[in-house]
Amino acid sequence: MTKEALQQLIGNWLPELEFTEEESQFLNIHVSPQNLHTLMSQLKSNPETQFDYLFCLSGVDWGEKLGIVYHLESTSKRHMVVVKVTTEDRDNPILDTVYDIWATAEFHEREVFDFFGIRFNNHPNLKRLFLTEDWVGYPLRKDYEDDVNMILY
Amino acid sequence: MILLSITENIHNWLFSIMPEGVASIVEMVLIAVVYLTIFAVAGLFLVLLERRVAAWFQLRIGPNRVGFQGLLQTMADAIKLLTKELTGTERADKFLYNLAPYFVIISALMALAVIPFTKEFHAFDINIGIFFLIAISSIGVIGILLGGWSSNNKFALIGAMRSGVQTISYELSVGLSLLTMVVITGTLQLSEIIEFQKNGWLIVQGHIPAIIAFMVFMISGTAETNRAPFDMVEAESELGAGFHTEYSGMKFAYFFLAEFINMFIIAAIATTMFFGGWLSPFGITESIPWLGVFWFLAKTMGLVFLMMWFRWTFPRLRVDQLLTLEWKYLLPINLVNMVVMALIVWLNLTIRF
Amino acid sequence: METEVVHTNFKSEEYFINMGPQHPATHGVLRLLLTIDGEIIKKVEPDLGYIHRSIEKMCERDSYQQIVHLTDRMDYLSANINNEAVCLAVENALQLEIPERVKVIRTIIGELTRISSHCLWWGVMGMDVGALTTYFYGFRDREMINDIMEETCGARLTMNYNVPGGLMLDIHPNFVKRVKDFIVHFKTKLPEYDRLLTGNVIFQKRTVGVGILSKEDAISFGASGPVGRASGYSCDVRKHHPYSAIDKVTFNEVLKTEGDTYARYLVRIQEMWESLSIVEQLIDNIPEGEHRVTTNAVIKLPKGEYFQKVETARGELGVYIISTGTKSPYRLKFRSPGFSNLSLLNHIAVGGKIGDLVATMATLDLVIPDIDR
Repeated sequence: MTKEALQQLIGNWLPELEFTEEESQFLNIHVSPQNLHTLMSQLKSNPETQFDYLFCLSGVDWGEKLGIVYHLESTSKRHMVVVKVTTEDRDNPILDTVYDIWATAEFHEREVFDFFGIRFNNHPNLKRLFLTEDWVGYPLRKDYEDDVNMILY
Repeated sequence: MILLSITENIHNWLFSIMPEGVASIVEMVLIAVVYLTIFAVAGLFLVLLERRVAAWFQLRIGPNRVGFQGLLQTMADAIKLLTKELTGTERADKFLYNLAPYFVIISALMALAVIPFTKEFHAFDINIGIFFLIAISSIGVIGILLGGWSSNNKFALIGAMRSGVQTISYELSVGLSLLTMVVITGTLQLSEIIEFQKNGWLIVQGHIPAIIAFMVFMISGTAETNRAPFDMVEAESELGAGFHTEYSGMKFAYFFLAEFINMFIIAAIATTMFFGGWLSPFGITESIPWLGVFWFLAKTMGLVFLMMWFRWTFPRLRVDQLLTLEWKYLLPINLVNMVVMALIVWLNLTIRF
Repeated sequence: METEVVHTNFKSEEYFINMGPQHPATHGVLRLLLTIDGEIIKKVEPDLGYIHRSIEKMCERDSYQQIVHLTDRMDYLSANINNEAVCLAVENALQLEIPERVKVIRTIIGELTRISSHCLWWGVMGMDVGALTTYFYGFRDREMINDIMEETCGARLTMNYNVPGGLMLDIHPNFVKRVKDFIVHFKTKLPEYDRLLTGNVIFQKRTVGVGILSKEDAISFGASGPVGRASGYSCDVRKHHPYSAIDKVTFNEVLKTEGDTYARYLVRIQEMWESLSIVEQLIDNIPEGEHRVTTNAVIKLPKGEYFQKVETARGELGVYIISTGTKSPYRLKFRSPGFSNLSLLNHIAVGGKIGDLVATMATLDLVIPDIDR
């Protein structure tokens, strides 16, 4: 399916979605945290989209807010889409898990939690993945203070 | 002849200079020392052989720097192990932990005593030789179980449990395959069994069932010694080092040496039971009795090489497949084989020259 | 007052062991927490981070040329393909026209890297199931590739051969001849692999029907590379999103449907043949030309987001760059194949024996620095 057709189709599901295409090779969908899970399950289960492969889940620190970028691909239709979501604020970031839609999200969301501190509702095993349990702070956030200066700027 | 006269002379000399009881004890100690030496030398040599054979299989050169062709390499390794610190786990059951290596090594040593190297070179020729060997070889597993359990290490414990289940199962096949051959010989005494083979080695005399028994014996013998492809007990890639994970220095060396001596013993039993022990092929050197040692060792080393070949080519079985192999295949084959052998002996179908 | 601790995680017969971080089967510093009932595995929980170097954070500081060097240290067995991923992403962002010669050489080097990675995997796979000799056979052939790489790139493992805009150096004059020699050599040695391990009854008993991964699960868990293809999931990036000179050659995507450990094994063995054929098709047709186009000393990507997929020896490596127009990326995310492949370990290993876990893990072909980026 072409980008235009996808935009047409997905735009009908939820009224509040924003689509952008500039500065990216994919179709970007911006969604609010409340509608994230609805949109994601729709993208996976709808027979015309069938985005069954979540190949990349990246946390991003946008400054005022934290966000997650989901890269989706359909293994049968071979089209791709990018879903972007940002949290309400950076002090108490909470999003819904997509673990029940794509199993790979379990580890990727743990990684995001570990490095960005975004909590996921309904995640089965949300704890630090790489860092130790007692680590203070979330290293990949832009405002992370690195006391021992392991990474020099 | 030379050997015989030396032992005779020492025997007479000892009995001439001291009372009979003391002389016997001194003689026993002397024999024990001789056997300990054989034990150590054979162990070290086999370790070197294994390393060279492995290197040959693996496109490598192997140890060849210490001494001629690396002959002193294992000696150097042994000295290194002697000087190493004996570590242990904090909450180990110290007594059993220290006891375990001795169980393993003593059982190996005791089994060595009944092996007939040649007609004269045979320390302990009891009339229940085979039975004794089977009984002794099952004591070794106690050492492994103790070592694994008392180490207070879960990997060691898993290794020990596997060892227990493996040895108990394969003991049956070792015993039964040897009993199959006893059906022909009608005696358990090792020297008599070899005498009996002057009319042809048992593997020829017993033909088809004997060959089957030999194959079963080699498979279960390899399993008894916990060597690959049955090295479930150590299973390096699964359990680290299995039951001897927590042992270091000389205690580890005991386990290590015992493994190689056990391999030698299994090969020696096979030589005795199937390939005529010290007897030369077609009696070509019957006039020179001391060459028996040569023939015995040559045959044994051939079988040892076979076991090394197994080790360096086959992958490892899984623990449940190991038990399936024993209980579903080897054991029934063995039982049927024994009946066939009995029939053959009864109907006089054995091949004799 | 002492409070009674109630352990609800375990049934009384179960216990747990630590596999790793120093364990022969975890191929590095991976720690697995195994919950075990006797020999049967009830739960596998990976504990990661022992060698995490925070490459993604370092990338936010570094220039794009420097980032290429960091990627070597992720999946060090397919270092060249990792380099290529970042270079391609940067080149696409700058819309650079890359010479044909560079594309062909990149593909050849990439496929050689894949062969060498699979050689090492094959040796280690044999070792994990107990056949120690395979290790040396695998390394013998890998050594030849390393020598070729050394001559051309100056390094054996972390080559840093690709730079944004092309290649660091032109190929060595001996390169073509030595690669041809290697092809001849390897064609006689690959059947040896089959004779030593593939056909072995014990090996087949250990692997057939062990660690079965269905196609649906493979997609859901994001499995890629040989792990996904063994489950019948066509996920070869070289087929679906061709890059460099891969669209100039014909090759088959190896697919199996069984999804068990043996299928994953066969896929990798078959892939070595395919890679060999790709190299064979290209080695005689390296076009003449520049080995590099000049770029600015300081590369600044235009504002935007860029994603590049490549097929490493382990699967799909994704490089996701968010640029704000400065000399270093605002955010750079590596989607590493090993990370997704590891996440399905618990799913396929539960119910098997310890030995099965080791065999299964060997065919997932985990490289820990790839997971702990």
